[in-house]
Amino acid sequence: MNKKDLSLLVLILVVGAVVALINPRFLYVGNLSNTLNQVGMFGIFSIAEAFVIIIGGIELSVGSVIALLGVLFIDLIVNHDVNWMLAFAAIIASGLVIGLVHGALVTRMHIQPFVVTLCGLLIYRGAARYYTEDATAGFGFGASFPTLEWLTAGRTDLLGFPVPHSLVALIVVAAIAWVLLHRSVFGRYLYAVGKNEEAARYSGIRSERVMISAYVICGGLTAFAAILFAMYTRSISPAVHGSFYELYAIAAAVLGGCSLRGGEGSIVGVVLGTVLLQVLQNLVNLLGIPSSLNFAVMGAVILIGVLADQYLVQRRLRVSAAKGRTQTSLAAAPLEG
Amino acid sequence: MTEPFLELVDISKSYPGVVALDHVGLAVSPGEVIALIGENGAGKSTLMKVLGGVVEPSGGRIRVDGVERSALTVAEAIAAGIAFVHQELNLFDNLDVAGNVFIGREPVHGGPLRLIDRKALYAKTQPLLDRLGADFAPDAPLAGLSLAQRQLVEIMKALSLDARLVIMDEPTSSLTLSETDRLMRVIAALKAHGVSIIFITHRLNEVMQCADRAVVLRDGRMVGALTRAELSPAAMIRLMIGRDLKSLYVPPAAPPGEAVLDIVEAVTDTYPERAVSLSVRRGEILGLAGLVGSGRTELARAVFGVDPLRGGAIKLNGEAIRVTTPRAAIDHGIYLIPEDRKGCGLLLDVSIAENISLPDLSSYLRFFLVNTAQETKNARAQREQLKIRAPDVSTTVGSLSGGNQQKVVLAKWLSMRPKVLIFDEPTRGVDVGAKQEIYEMLRRLTDTGVAILMISSDMEEVIGVSDRIAVMHEGAISGFLDRSQFSEHNVLQLAVGHAV
Ligand SMILES: Nc1ncnc2c1ncn2[C@@H]1O[C@H](COP(=O)(O)OP(=O)(O)OP(=O)(O)O)[C@@H](O)[C@H]1O
Ligand SMILES: [Mg+2]
Repeated sequence: MNKKDLSLLVLILVVGAVVALINPRFLYVGNLSNTLNQVGMFGIFSIAEAFVIIIGGIELSVGSVIALLGVLFIDLIVNHDVNWMLAFAAIIASGLVIGLVHGALVTRMHIQPFVVTLCGLLIYRGAARYYTEDATAGFGFGASFPTLEWLTAGRTDLLGFPVPHSLVALIVVAAIAWVLLHRSVFGRYLYAVGKNEEAARYSGIRSERVMISAYVICGGLTAFAAILFAMYTRSISPAVHGSFYELYAIAAAVLGGCSLRGGEGSIVGVVLGTVLLQVLQNLVNLLGIPSSLNFAVMGAVILIGVLADQYLVQRRLRVSAAKGRTQTSLAAAPLEG
Repeated sequence: MTEPFLELVDISKSYPGVVALDHVGLAVSPGEVIALIGENGAGKSTLMKVLGGVVEPSGGRIRVDGVERSALTVAEAIAAGIAFVHQELNLFDNLDVAGNVFIGREPVHGGPLRLIDRKALYAKTQPLLDRLGADFAPDAPLAGLSLAQRQLVEIMKALSLDARLVIMDEPTSSLTLSETDRLMRVIAALKAHGVSIIFITHRLNEVMQCADRAVVLRDGRMVGALTRAELSPAAMIRLMIGRDLKSLYVPPAAPPGEAVLDIVEAVTDTYPERAVSLSVRRGEILGLAGLVGSGRTELARAVFGVDPLRGGAIKLNGEAIRVTTPRAAIDHGIYLIPEDRKGCGLLLDVSIAENISLPDLSSYLRFFLVNTAQETKNARAQREQLKIRAPDVSTTVGSLSGGNQQKVVLAKWLSMRPKVLIFDEPTRGVDVGAKQEIYEMLRRLTDTGVAILMISSDMEEVIGVSDRIAVMHEGAISGFLDRSQFSEHNVLQLAVGHAV
């Protein structure tokens, strides 16, 4: 865990402590379990977003994809009697294809990622609404998928605490993503492409492929999140389901140390960023702040967090420069030898 | 000589783990040309950055026109008449030449909108271009210019300031002989107008040509100064590295073998109606000389698969190969060490170790994860071998001196097993001692059977190191020279398109 992640953790603990002091219900098992369930679902697509941001791209269609694929998933298993495992695979595959298309448009057609995914945002939202004729898609009476429900939206008791399965999913996804990003060759390539695509290319990295893979991974993970949301909400109004989720994802990534210029960010940071956003969401509910202020609170806290971080970075630089001044007489010797 | 108007007294600067400057003093008189020389990482750029207000010294004083200060800001330095041509170019890709030269000082039409007066802008830029004999127009977009042309733009920027002191940090490192000559004449003209010049260079013949005084730094300390009368390459080298140098040319262990790389009638985008044919043989260093813009870099990029090849073929050991991406070239054992280290060679804010392993990560695999211990070990070995000056291999490349960054670029490729190495200006910004080591390493590589194609604008290097020279002129080969025919005259004749 780097210093940035650590300060984010401290911020979460401070905010959490303040909320708990004002309203002890924050720490109730039910509330915590619910919040962690949200963290699980939001965390998965935030990690998805991080992959794209690290290569210097952006993915704005996350929310719309969650709506469209959610609607399709429910439609498949409820109205078309498709085996849920098959439907699950089909939805994940669709997510991968969406990512592939976005990646290809960005790298092969040289369209800016902001534009490509903005169009995606509009298209998928429209498609979801058209497909259901703007009606709510949901599980009718009697429709029941016990295994699927247990797997996606269920909870398992651990020492008396109901652990939401979405959180377990997040932990698994985050662990794999962490190894991939921070330890594997592919991860090195992702960061290299994000930092300096030209230099990466000269080093023999097939940068187009690396970029496309980032979009594909993003698409696949988003599809997974879409299924979790569909099973959690059990009914989807395609006009609003998942709207603004891309902004939650970007916010979590930025809080977690991703630079929108690419080449930076850590998985631990992104997960912590998601936790902070969900705690804030919870704070608005528990402290009786009008829910209309929801976004304003979040925006303000993110801004303060980023400012504080900048301040700390500057200070650390000054401190290490000062340290360098006093250490130089010692350090000079080996260099001259 | 007249009184100095500018004095640096006891200047020190340290970074974490590094003393860049250790009580250095320097006085500048009007109309004086000072050459600042020293090994890579000696502190030359840092000293000049102190003078330009870019770096704040940790100790010492700066006296300008009798006023003493502990540091200058950039604005104060400009107000004091100091213009600075930086080692790493700082230009805007999205502007044209004139826009870059007058950035922040654009002539404007009167009126509340302060619209840029393009006509005046171009009119003010043209004389600067003429002075340097540059071959591009004031409205040429910067993105289309070569590295050398960009360096000229930086120099124009400094000239346009009407400064009292012009600092040039390795202004000639990517210029060819004719442009360097032009610059030498500009320096003489400035001197005649009473302007002082400090220039940093690793090319000692330039010091001989135009310096009134050479100041030598080593390990952040001033180790000596040579007056015009005392100047000689040997004296400078002795001060810089504390020993004498042998001749550049190391003869090969065995005569060259059969051709490894054949470039047959290759056509690039820049010169669509010209074709280039040449072959590099096993165990030889083929120098590729030519003026800036003669198409050498473009040829290298096409062979390496960065740019498409518009016609012709590339053969490796007699078999035609298709190279459409750098990856394909690398898989065939053809590597290119690019000239633009900042843009194409390095990830600046990444560690030395990670930069070195990048092209060859798959050989650091343990399962499918990167074996960082092995990565660090290999990087340390490379640092030893190339004498990269850095506190550790975890240091970010961006904080190294220019020459040491170049060594990291070399280290990236040398740890792999090449068949053909294409160097584009292999020693740009590298000091004399390290150059010698690099040349010896090139020879060791060729003696193991590698074929080397070395693009170089440094005449001493081309003539001193190559076994054979090919010269390009406007997108085509104008001739080949064998060692017996090597001379500056012959290379230049071919470079301008005459026969020898
Ligand atoms: N921003 C920085 N942070 C840390 N170390 C630095 C920084 N800038 C320079 N240094 C160190 O200070 C020393 C002097 O660097 P400087 O750039 O002045 O060398 P130089 O003489 O110009 O070398 P070259 O000929 O290679 O350009 C080097 O060891 C370099 O690594
Ligand atoms: Mg330098």
